[in-house]
Amino acid sequence: MDLQYFAELFLGGLTRGSIYALIALGYTMVYGIIELINFAHGEIYMIGAFTGLIVATVLTFAGFPTLAVLVLASVAAVVYSSCYGFTMEKIAYKPLRGAPRLSVLISAIGMSLFLQNYVLLAQTSDFLPFPSLVPDLAFWEPYAHIISSQEIVIISVTATVMVLLNLLIKFTRMGKAMRATSQDREMAMLTGVDVNRVISVTFVIGSATAALGAVLIASHIGQINFYIGFIAGIKAFVAAVLGGIGSVPGAVVGALVLGWTESFFTGYISSDYEDVFAFIFLVVILIFKPSGILGRSETQKV
Amino acid sequence: MKRFVCLTAVVALAAVFAGTGIAADTIKLGVGGAHSGDLASYGLPTVKAAELVVKDINAKGGILGKQVELVVEDDVCKPEVATNTATKLVDQGVRIVLGHICSGATKAALSIYNKANVIAMSPSATNPELTQSGEYPYFFRTIASDDAQARLEVDFALDTLKLTKIAVLHDKGDYGKGLAEFAKKFLEADKRARVVLYEGITPGAVDYSAVVQKIKRSGAEAVIFGGYHPEASKIVTQMRKKRMDTVFISDDGVKDDTFIKVAGEYAEGVYATGPRDVSKNPLAIAANKAHQDAYGAEPGAFFLNAYAAAQALLNAVEKAGGTDDHNALVKALRTHLVDTPLGQIKFDERGDAIGVGFSVYQVKKGAYVEIQ
Repeated sequence: MDLQYFAELFLGGLTRGSIYALIALGYTMVYGIIELINFAHGEIYMIGAFTGLIVATVLTFAGFPTLAVLVLASVAAVVYSSCYGFTMEKIAYKPLRGAPRLSVLISAIGMSLFLQNYVLLAQTSDFLPFPSLVPDLAFWEPYAHIISSQEIVIISVTATVMVLLNLLIKFTRMGKAMRATSQDREMAMLTGVDVNRVISVTFVIGSATAALGAVLIASHIGQINFYIGFIAGIKAFVAAVLGGIGSVPGAVVGALVLGWTESFFTGYISSDYEDVFAFIFLVVILIFKPSGILGRSETQKV
Repeated sequence: MKRFVCLTAVVALAAVFAGTGIAADTIKLGVGGAHSGDLASYGLPTVKAAELVVKDINAKGGILGKQVELVVEDDVCKPEVATNTATKLVDQGVRIVLGHICSGATKAALSIYNKANVIAMSPSATNPELTQSGEYPYFFRTIASDDAQARLEVDFALDTLKLTKIAVLHDKGDYGKGLAEFAKKFLEADKRARVVLYEGITPGAVDYSAVVQKIKRSGAEAVIFGGYHPEASKIVTQMRKKRMDTVFISDDGVKDDTFIKVAGEYAEGVYATGPRDVSKNPLAIAANKAHQDAYGAEPGAFFLNAYAAAQALLNAVEKAGGTDDHNALVKALRTHLVDTPLGQIKFDERGDAIGVGFSVYQVKKGAYVEIQ
């Protein structure tokens, strides 16, 4: 019983960590390239969830099979959120490229509030039910009380996205350009790297992973509203810092550590102090490793 | 520039005179509560109830020959906003307030009303301290307090469902935690059941899988949850997805149609306590019909409580001969019976309405049904 309890908390923490990781990837990539904490990233996630809900509702109504609805809703959310990410960068951050970092940060906070209120006014302040898009498989039923098919999908998607991103950064031309930009933007520009394009691509990739996460997570939790991006965003940001902001594997490790910390503290001690424990843990790690678990000051970013 | 300042001063002064001029001719009924944000669905029906009662009274010539005027202010259900809301209402010359909605916000607003000797009557704030502490002599309410709800939840779990192992959860807020503490106290006083888990959860968290696992390990047959519907629907959904059939009993923060809409099929079988069904009362039928006619929709949460509160407040103004003497208003509220959609009510020494109570409801086929 106790081993099973431990396993259940472990898997719960793994799912929660994977949720944070999908959002944290966007934070850490953008920080790696332009050293900006993109506070509006959580809102991109929220917009992805809303897009997914709208598309899924329409397609379900039109009688598409569940799997097609899941795929099409995810694609729509990814495309739509990527457009938002791209446009946001052009409107709110590009004009401030040479400005002090604090100005860009304020611009990011403004963007976050703007998008939150925009969805609040254009959509609704109510909680909306989100359909379960990942079907419960019959053969998995005996194990569903330990880990559901939704949770398996979330964990495997996170793993896949992380591997693909690492490959992209290590082995493609764009990845090389990204690494160059993160190391020294001016030098990269001098050697012919189209820095603006690199930054745009980073925003698009970050937004896409957040949107993918949004559809899967909303389908797992079963409800969304305009405010979900803020809380998820803060936790993901913490995860990114914990793992070493700027590092892609770091974001995933940080997210998993945060997920497990919360899950085990809740399970073995008390959920009253869940956030307190999580943040004490963050402080302790940052005292001993100021640049995060996997972050090194001289490490290559992105 | 100087001329502009002078002109502004003159205009402002004129506005002040105009303001006091209107105040002398009308009776101002303040309405404070959550009118936007997550919990707007609890606050807006009160505004509509006030509008309907006031329209009705004004059509009959008003009170003591004066028309009643509504002054509506939003507190978004947040204590830190509610003190501003209360100050705004007091500054506008309001002497009687219908509100506020959430217990935390009401408590914050009362600190302002108390100093200004303003009478406040909430249709929905159920925190026991508000009346039982004796700190707020000018506070009244047309809803029974949380301990009444907790008592009913515990009695229902023990007498009707005959449960022996119960987990008590809350959302750490004034309302939810207050209720959970009472439920725990009542359960511990009774030897028939054991509290196997007592926990606070973090509102708005991404998921509650760890807490759900903990409930499962505790072997609880039922969860008594103190809090609001967004967290309740997440917990119920995750319990059912973990294939747990644990009974879920909650409060009128969950007895809201949004809960059923969001939790969908998982909401089936959930118990929640809420104000007693008064749908047979002819005044309630009339009030609901007036709402249907005026707004083209069914009224929302606490509508009838708010309707009754507005009637009781305005009746007291009539009996006390105006809003100036707050002691006369308090006396009128305690002595005169008023016919309202909740039945005939007056108020006890502490400010609780006599003749108002709760029932247990269960979700059956996507709707709350009262259990006898």
